[in-house]
Amino acid sequence: MIHSLFLINSSGDIFLEKHWKSVVSRSVCDYFFEAQERATEAENVPPVIPTPHHYLLSVYRHKIFFVAVIQTEVPPLFVIEFLHRVVDTFQDYFGVCSEPVIKDNVVVVYEVLEEMLDNGFPLATESNILKELIKPPTILRTVVNTITGSTNVGDQLPTGQLSVVPWRRTGVKYTNNEAYFDVIEEIDAIIDKSGSTITAEIQGVIDACVKLTGMPDLTLSFMNPRLLDDVSFHPCVRFKRWESERILSFIPPDGNFRLLSYHVSAQNLVAIPVYVKHSISFRGSNSLGRFEITVGPKQTMGKTIEGVTVLSQMPRGVLNMSLTPSQGTHTFDPVTKMLSWDVGKINPQKLPSLKGTMSLQAGASKPDENPTINLQFKIQQLAISGLKVNRLDMYGEKYKPFKGIKYMTKAGKFQVRT
Amino acid sequence: MTDSKYFTTTKKGEIFELKAELNSDKKEKKKEAVKKVIASMTVGKDVSALFPDVVNCMQTDNLELKKLVYLYLMNYAKSQPDMAIMAVNTFVKDCEDPNPLIRALAVRTMGCIRVDKITEYLCEPLRKCLKDEDPYVRKTAAVCVAKLHDINAQLVEDQGFLDTLKDLISDSNPMVVANAVAALSEIAESHPSSNLLDLNPQSINKLLTALNECTEWGQIFILDCLANYTPKDDREAQSICERVTPRLSHANSAVVLSAVKVLMKFMEMLSKDLDYYGTLLKKLAPPLVTLLSAEPELQYVALRNINLIVQKRPEILKHEMKVFFVKYNDPIYVKLEKLDIMIRLASQANIAQVLAELKEYATEVDVDFVRKAVRAIGRCAIKVEQSAERCVSTLLDLIQTKVNYVVQEAIVVIKDIFRKYPNKYESVIATLCENLDSLDEPEARAAMIWIVGEYAERIDNADELLESFLEGFHDESTQVQLQLLTAIVKLFLKKPTETQELVQQVLSLATQDSDNPDLRDRGYIYWRLLSTDPVAAKEVVLAEKPLISEETDLIEPTLLDELICYIGTLASVYHKPPSAFVEGGRGVVHKSLPPRTASNESTESPETAPAGAPTGEQPDVIPTQGDLLGDLLNLDLGPPVSGPPLTTSSVQMGAVDLLGGGLDSLMGDEPEGIGDTNFGAPPPAAPARVGAPIGSGLSDLFDLTSGVGTLSGSYVPPKAVWLPAMKAKGLEISGTFTRQVGSISMDLQLTNKALQVMTDFAIQFNRNSFGLAPAAPLQVHAPLSPNQTVEISLPLNTVGSVMKMDPLNNLQVAVKNNIDIFYFSTLYPLHILFVEDGKMDRQMFLATWKDIPNENEAQFQIRDCSLNAEAVSTKLQSSNIFTIAKRNVEGQDMLYQSLKLTNGIWVLAELRIQPGNPSFMLSLKCRAPEVSQHVYQAYETILKN
Repeated sequence: MIHSLFLINSSGDIFLEKHWKSVVSRSVCDYFFEAQERATEAENVPPVIPTPHHYLLSVYRHKIFFVAVIQTEVPPLFVIEFLHRVVDTFQDYFGVCSEPVIKDNVVVVYEVLEEMLDNGFPLATESNILKELIKPPTILRTVVNTITGSTNVGDQLPTGQLSVVPWRRTGVKYTNNEAYFDVIEEIDAIIDKSGSTITAEIQGVIDACVKLTGMPDLTLSFMNPRLLDDVSFHPCVRFKRWESERILSFIPPDGNFRLLSYHVSAQNLVAIPVYVKHSISFRGSNSLGRFEITVGPKQTMGKTIEGVTVLSQMPRGVLNMSLTPSQGTHTFDPVTKMLSWDVGKINPQKLPSLKGTMSLQAGASKPDENPTINLQFKIQQLAISGLKVNRLDMYGEKYKPFKGIKYMTKAGKFQVRT
Repeated sequence: MTDSKYFTTTKKGEIFELKAELNSDKKEKKKEAVKKVIASMTVGKDVSALFPDVVNCMQTDNLELKKLVYLYLMNYAKSQPDMAIMAVNTFVKDCEDPNPLIRALAVRTMGCIRVDKITEYLCEPLRKCLKDEDPYVRKTAAVCVAKLHDINAQLVEDQGFLDTLKDLISDSNPMVVANAVAALSEIAESHPSSNLLDLNPQSINKLLTALNECTEWGQIFILDCLANYTPKDDREAQSICERVTPRLSHANSAVVLSAVKVLMKFMEMLSKDLDYYGTLLKKLAPPLVTLLSAEPELQYVALRNINLIVQKRPEILKHEMKVFFVKYNDPIYVKLEKLDIMIRLASQANIAQVLAELKEYATEVDVDFVRKAVRAIGRCAIKVEQSAERCVSTLLDLIQTKVNYVVQEAIVVIKDIFRKYPNKYESVIATLCENLDSLDEPEARAAMIWIVGEYAERIDNADELLESFLEGFHDESTQVQLQLLTAIVKLFLKKPTETQELVQQVLSLATQDSDNPDLRDRGYIYWRLLSTDPVAAKEVVLAEKPLISEETDLIEPTLLDELICYIGTLASVYHKPPSAFVEGGRGVVHKSLPPRTASNESTESPETAPAGAPTGEQPDVIPTQGDLLGDLLNLDLGPPVSGPPLTTSSVQMGAVDLLGGGLDSLMGDEPEGIGDTNFGAPPPAAPARVGAPIGSGLSDLFDLTSGVGTLSGSYVPPKAVWLPAMKAKGLEISGTFTRQVGSISMDLQLTNKALQVMTDFAIQFNRNSFGLAPAAPLQVHAPLSPNQTVEISLPLNTVGSVMKMDPLNNLQVAVKNNIDIFYFSTLYPLHILFVEDGKMDRQMFLATWKDIPNENEAQFQIRDCSLNAEAVSTKLQSSNIFTIAKRNVEGQDMLYQSLKLTNGIWVLAELRIQPGNPSFMLSLKCRAPEVSQHVYQAYETILKN
């Protein structure tokens, strides 16, 4: 199972180590540093690195490498999933997951890690349970603790850990009972030069924030559940009920959680809300190239597209760009060759465009590669797949909760080739 | 007020200061001090000197302080074992605490202290905790057994903890079950022989129930454990699959992949005709696709596994090509994996899309990725014949970009395309030649030289081109040198008149000026070949090459089957069985897919059906440049080469005139022939040194080749008495069967044990399975006087009438003489029916193996045979069992063999030989499965004699 964990920052310092079995010397990380050196960018460090006696499995999140050391045959996905859980837990505890924050809370971090694994076996990874065991630091609690001498460590058995609903703690009480659900869809797409779609798929999630007293039993039904043929559920969802009735029935965890994630890949169901018109030419006179892009709405179901950002990695031969946007602001970094244009909202009457010239390296031939345009955008109140919640009911408790459903569509990996 | 304050201490006497604080009376101060100690520990500072002071803080009611001290203890107890003893009492006391949290914490911490002395004290508390009323304590204790086992395995066994742990599998609490399974699995890994996880239908049922209720991590352990179980029939397999399928919708990707493993494995047992089989196939696709939308690290592991899955069951993802399209900001390790899978999924239906994508990738920035993309285009051409033309034109487009590494990669793959489709795309050679100068990588240069040599007759200036390479011969890498040598020899054989000087030059460069033994040997072989028998040389060097097959780097079917059992593990990421890389190889049991059985069939005995049916896709790998020599020599050195006997004189005189003699015959029809041209003889020194061994080596080589096909005779069993004298009025017949140079005969020995003379012998066979019949009458020339014996060889043919006998190889014979007619029956060994042309072409073999349904496969074990693979294959060859391919998979030699019976039945065989293990595994596939048993017996007799 998982032997040790090292946290390494981007400058290559090991700033935290935790061992669940015998101590593994940190020199094992040298193999990791070697691999890091070979990979030009942090993102490209291979996730599984063999060393003579151990295996290093790593994830790179928030500019920190989480490197797990294992010694025997362990499912790598199990390790990587666990590392993600560690990241999520840190974020949950401290709001952000960064080197200074981890250093500021090193003892809590250490205690939490100790509770998460026992001898390398996962022990308590649900944030509900962890928070019962070790309370997250708050300013108030720190002050109180210093005065009263009490501690962050809870002293009763984490009840949830043994019940049939390990994800929910008992004795939850709220004055305002509320349940909010966000349906968020991300479009991953590749659009080719001519504007036709090569692949498009939707990664959807339903994130929930449930603050309900007692042991509520919720059911959520959809207008069009047929859309959901590829779903992953939170453990709380009763699978049988979904199989037979296509209804989500569950006792929710307390607080924020991801109820389900789904995947829509049938091409005809994926609407592409934006288009990009581009004309990029590296064959100008006097080492000048022309550059022009326009962004416009396509299938938006009448909603406004906002938060549009255009990012493009220009070829090395581009020395500088002199561009004028019709709206928004743009920057070009001559070192990294990254062009970024913060467009904002798209007004269908007056389409945003970015025009100008590129100064190219004199004498150099036409670059081999064409820049790819990476697009980000948001559409409020729309789930692009057309998924709609029909109703939400609560059983098991007597009070009447506030309920709310929000929809949003975002660009995931949305790429336009030129 | 953050913890970072713990990191800033005054430089001098840091430890001293902490010591003082730890011994302070104030609780709060103590706690702060311990926190500082822990903080130092986390960043790797050595604070072990504080051990006694920290342990002193252990006796406390404050839970946080207690936990902190425990943390410290776990880290340093090893280096301070004597001190750690001081802590034991507190642990033992805490194990009795009314608060289950404390009990669990104590037993958990104790297990982490890796000190022998402490573990002894641990046993009693652990025993109690394993039976604790609180499941939280029980599940913690279960893990503790695994910890203890790691420290002192003997102790755990002696104390009977393993049995207690096994009992916990039936615990009422699913979390306890999951932890017990996890602990047992971990222990089992270091004890491969013990059947700790002895699964039976009852325990499986318990695990399946717990599966629904335990945490995601527990589900992984349980699923991995289930995957080791072999259901007794397809019905049980199906019911387990049904209960595992819901796990495919789990949010945790590790759970999903473990579930996929169980399903992939058990599916093997389901009949393809079942509706459920189809349903299951459909259910597997979406979760695999979903894994690809996860974080890149997860994607990577998922992709490595999908690579295995698409090789085993391509039908699952055949419609999902698009999800493997590469996004430009995918990490490089994901890009490369996606590309691999794209090629595997490429088919006629989607090839247009795939090609367009690949072309797009070939203009990306990352060099490694671009190279692989170009290579992928070539692989598509080889895989999907209909698209070859488009692929070639795409490659030509790419060559036009003149991007150096793209051009080089393209040339390498075009060489492979030529080997797959000879004489089809040679029109592009001109374009390739234009780029000759820009090639600087050995592989590309070698590929280009190969092309020039192979198509020398169509390239007008082939000699100039090759000559230009020759100038810097010694600066080239070995790969290029070898290729250049071969190419020039080919050129010479095609255009002998203009290229004598060139070939002379290259031979002398290779043999005299090089210190590379491979190069020198190859040079000498060519030289000798050209000088002795140019016609043979032509046949050897310009022999038709076998076509390369569609797939490269496919995984060996047996290995693939094993890897399918390891889906989701490191083995699946490395595509190697754990035995190949797990530390020390300990605890590795080979896993194999369960055999497909129908519920009404009783499972075969474990000896005859241990391994899963190989799927029959036998890979054929595009040979790398280095293999070409091997290719040349292996190729068609069979019967067509009329093995030229090496005269002793030519060996001795070799030094003087290596090439002279042969050229006449090569160019006999050319009047201005060079019969009298004297080739510059190599300086005497070199051949004098190596001449003799080469000579003998070569004659060995030719012995081998001439031997094939004419080698006389398969194994002949000793004669046995078929008809005892007392049953035949004094005539005793013993005999045996032989097969020699294609003819079968029955060798008889007739003895007259009667008192009168015997005359008028005749013989007749009853109808039999293979139509064996005497080809000539039985001729006993003189009368057989009493006590006289004659030996007769009766030629047989197989054109007699056929009737299926039981057993199959039963032969009923009637012998007549002047006294009476006698009947007897005998069993003939099947190998007398193996014909000489039983060597199947590789491609045919692959196709046939695939084609024959798995039900027709039979497995046998040949025991107590100590031959090595080489000897086995020679031995079998003499009985007309031909080895078509041989490969080595993780130490085992796999021989793929074929044989043909006189009635045209082909039998394909896979023989697995493990060095050091006297038992061989034989898998036979045949369209007439009833012969398998007898073929096996034939193997057995041949190998053991």
